[in-house]
Amino acid sequence: MQEAMKKRAKELLASGEVTRVIGWKKNEFDYDITPAVFESAEEIDRDFRYDDFCGPNLSKFTFKNQKNDTKTLVFLKPCDTYSMTQLITEHRVNRDALYLIGIPCFGKIDIEKIRADGTDGILSIASEGADVTVKTLYGDKTYVKADVMAERCLACKSKYHTIYDELMGEEGEVMETGRFNEVEKLEAMTPDERFGFWRGELSRCIRCNACRNACPACTCESCVFDNPDTGISQKAAADSFEENMFHIIRAFHVAGRCTDCGECSRVCPQHIPLHLLNRKFIRDIDKLYGEYQAGEEVGQRSPLVNFTTDDAEPDIVRKGGK
Amino acid sequence: MQKIGVFVCHCGTNIAGTVDVKAVAEALSHEPGVVFAADYPYMCSESGQNLIKDAIREHGLTGVVICSCSPRMHETTFRKAAASAGLNSYMVEIANIREQCSWIHKDMKTATEKAVILGRAAIAKVALNTPLTASETPVTKRALVIGGGIAGIQTALDIADAGFEVDIVEKEPTIGGKMAQIDKTFPTLDCAACILTPKMVDCAQNEKIHIYAYSEVESVKGFVGNFTVGIKKKARYVDETKCTGCGLCTEKCPMKKTPNLFNLGLDTRSAIYIPFAQAVPKVATIDADYCNMLKNGRCGVCSKVCTAGAIDYHQQDEHIEEKYGAIVVATGFNPIKLDNFDEYAYAQSPDVVTSLELERLMNAAGPNGGTLLRPSDKTHPHTIVFVQCVGSRDTSGCGKPYCSKICCMYTAKHAMLIRDKYPDTEVYVFYIDVRTPGKNFDEFYRRAVEEYGVHYIKGMVGKVMPQKNGKLLVRASDLLAGEQLKIEADMVVLAAAIEPDKTARSLATMLTASMDTNDFFTEAHPKLRPVESPTAGIFLSGVCQGPKDIPETVAQASAAAAKVIGLLVKDKLKSNPCIAHANETLCNGCSSCERVCPYGAITYVDKEFRMPDRTTKIRRVASVNAAVCQGCGACTVACPSGAMDLSGFSNQQIMAEVDAICR
Repeated sequence: MQEAMKKRAKELLASGEVTRVIGWKKNEFDYDITPAVFESAEEIDRDFRYDDFCGPNLSKFTFKNQKNDTKTLVFLKPCDTYSMTQLITEHRVNRDALYLIGIPCFGKIDIEKIRADGTDGILSIASEGADVTVKTLYGDKTYVKADVMAERCLACKSKYHTIYDELMGEEGEVMETGRFNEVEKLEAMTPDERFGFWRGELSRCIRCNACRNACPACTCESCVFDNPDTGISQKAAADSFEENMFHIIRAFHVAGRCTDCGECSRVCPQHIPLHLLNRKFIRDIDKLYGEYQAGEEVGQRSPLVNFTTDDAEPDIVRKGGK
Repeated sequence: MQKIGVFVCHCGTNIAGTVDVKAVAEALSHEPGVVFAADYPYMCSESGQNLIKDAIREHGLTGVVICSCSPRMHETTFRKAAASAGLNSYMVEIANIREQCSWIHKDMKTATEKAVILGRAAIAKVALNTPLTASETPVTKRALVIGGGIAGIQTALDIADAGFEVDIVEKEPTIGGKMAQIDKTFPTLDCAACILTPKMVDCAQNEKIHIYAYSEVESVKGFVGNFTVGIKKKARYVDETKCTGCGLCTEKCPMKKTPNLFNLGLDTRSAIYIPFAQAVPKVATIDADYCNMLKNGRCGVCSKVCTAGAIDYHQQDEHIEEKYGAIVVATGFNPIKLDNFDEYAYAQSPDVVTSLELERLMNAAGPNGGTLLRPSDKTHPHTIVFVQCVGSRDTSGCGKPYCSKICCMYTAKHAMLIRDKYPDTEVYVFYIDVRTPGKNFDEFYRRAVEEYGVHYIKGMVGKVMPQKNGKLLVRASDLLAGEQLKIEADMVVLAAAIEPDKTARSLATMLTASMDTNDFFTEAHPKLRPVESPTAGIFLSGVCQGPKDIPETVAQASAAAAKVIGLLVKDKLKSNPCIAHANETLCNGCSSCERVCPYGAITYVDKEFRMPDRTTKIRRVASVNAAVCQGCGACTVACPSGAMDLSGFSNQQIMAEVDAICR
């Protein structure tokens, strides 16, 4: 697929259809992949990569690096298309300045799972079908891909592309992989257990803002946490719980707009399962207003900013928020 | 720094009984910015208001906090007082220490503590208040009346009489409503049609009144003085402008087996029909569920016989948009369905009827031409049992908890009319209580008992059993005699509870008018503003607001009309200055606010901005139409970046209030 993508990107550059290409490139290590803008065939030949480590969601990167006066080619994995659709719905990217190519995804590898096995001194990694071969300073290791796949990919919601101008490979389908199982476990806890769980997880937060920077729903011109008028910006936390509020406020801000792409948890250096906060909201919205998937189609209305006469009227007072 | 004055009201003992008002004034006097604090027995009295005015002048107050009753009660009073002393009205904040404090607490200590906290929050808010100036909006001098029963008719006639245009939207093919189905009216026994139809004709002939019959309200936008209403005119398949109401089509129509809804299905009519002789507008309507031509394209008789060429099988629903200054809801009622009351055998025997069905059975234009006959075998009934409170005053959950109010009187009327016309018929009335408050009502009931010999029995009917001989065995208890009764009756009449029309719920949502748990519209104040809904510009007329009889309905209808006239006679309305505005540097242009705005006040513009790196960028930003915004604040909560803010209720002010409460 990588070679086909490179070929097509070069064709489109050469024809003048696009002047920029947004894709992934390798850094120092095989597993260290970052989004990048390519402006020439040479750059593509040298750096362009597409493999099982290309986890980053290019939609947010596209938003940050958009140019209105020229056309940009963006390669989108199925889950990235949901984010892109949502960004177009919210008028945050200019659809006319984009050429979107849908590409298949068979699940991305979580390097932490390989490291957790005690694998160190990694020289190179290659993923071929179901096998992942790791060359290290201390010898080679082979893994079954399903064992080292990212959690978000094991609970993949869809292999279907919600938006594209051109599709490479075959179109997939929306899947049911039990992504709400973990939410159900949280819901089954007593309020005290659940509070304890989140205090424990969030206590590790170092406020690096990686989740916010990677989140395709976090595209505000000025984030409330950076706006001195909101009274919550950049101030020293009065206590550790106030620090935790960052994530709770962020989850509220993206509620109804979060497509469940899982970037927040992927980029968290402290491995906090932040996606569970958002997934809980998605679950609640589904239950209260009927199934809703953000980013399914351009122009769709989230139940939280929509009103129909038969809307649920959740009674949070009587039922104690359950 | 603001100079804030705090005024704590005793409200007699309403507040001072549970709140230590002196302690509240003392505690609040130490809050930052407070330069004056006082308490007074009645702050709303003239001397109380003078206290406020004097303090404003003397201490040069820039903000005022009044700890008193709900702002719904006296906010306007205090704003006016402040304005007369030269302070901007919007520099006044109310801390509600009555409804939200003294009335709900019993313990003086906790109530006092809470009153201080509420006062503190109001002080924190007023410290961030800025003077606001109200602008003016024009008033569309046209009223909409939803529902064409006696309530709607009377309201429309009165508004038209004052010289304003009125539209009536009626969902049935004719106006008239329930009253048109009633035979005689209590307590005078005059014929309903005789007093109603002249009013219907008045409506039709009044050039200020336009009737949208067979139509429904689809959407409501806007606000007091400036509503835009979408009306759906359902297809009648008859051109209203051509039809002369001659009725030839209804005679020739071969589909004679269509249930006659005007007679509550007690007889049949043709598929093309005019509901009743005095219908307004007197225009035929085709019932699409029964018409052969519309169902399978075979027939077309009505089209052939119509000399006016009014039949149009291809007619479509028509969608109209009209502007109004005021809207009156007069959606009326229906008897409840009796599915929950199997014990009365309503579904098993045609001789068990509801009171409204009895009206049709006794009516000269009814199925039997005015002779009371049993529906089952068309024989003369000799024993009739009336059951009161079927589903009324029912706390079991099967019926309605409220009293339907009209049943006692119409049952007395029915009993009396039957005894008068058929003296050989025995009439029994089973009741819980007989309620007859109203002018000449008790006299009327006593006549039924004393002069007409109607058997009133205190007690409820337990079961009605259809017998093989065609009679109905009624088992009941006589509570006063303490015995069980068995009566073999020819007919049983059920006084079914009344409930608001089912369409009222969705209408209430469109109008943002509130309803109670029984789906009756809520009035702005049960005693002082009984015909206004809490939503400005929406008025209530008739049973949609609560059970009432015809005299009361007509009185309320005229009252609603008076309120509408009072509104329409104004050329301009002061608009609320507490409206939203967008901070363009923060706005993402994401459309969240536009989507939640119930008034359509938000649009987007592409604007050029200078960026920090000296480049320019065109960004899509929200813009609020100040004349349309009603300050509901939905946009401020939907906005992810906090770009939307509400004057008078800014995010900062709300946060300051919360902080003050949590301090």
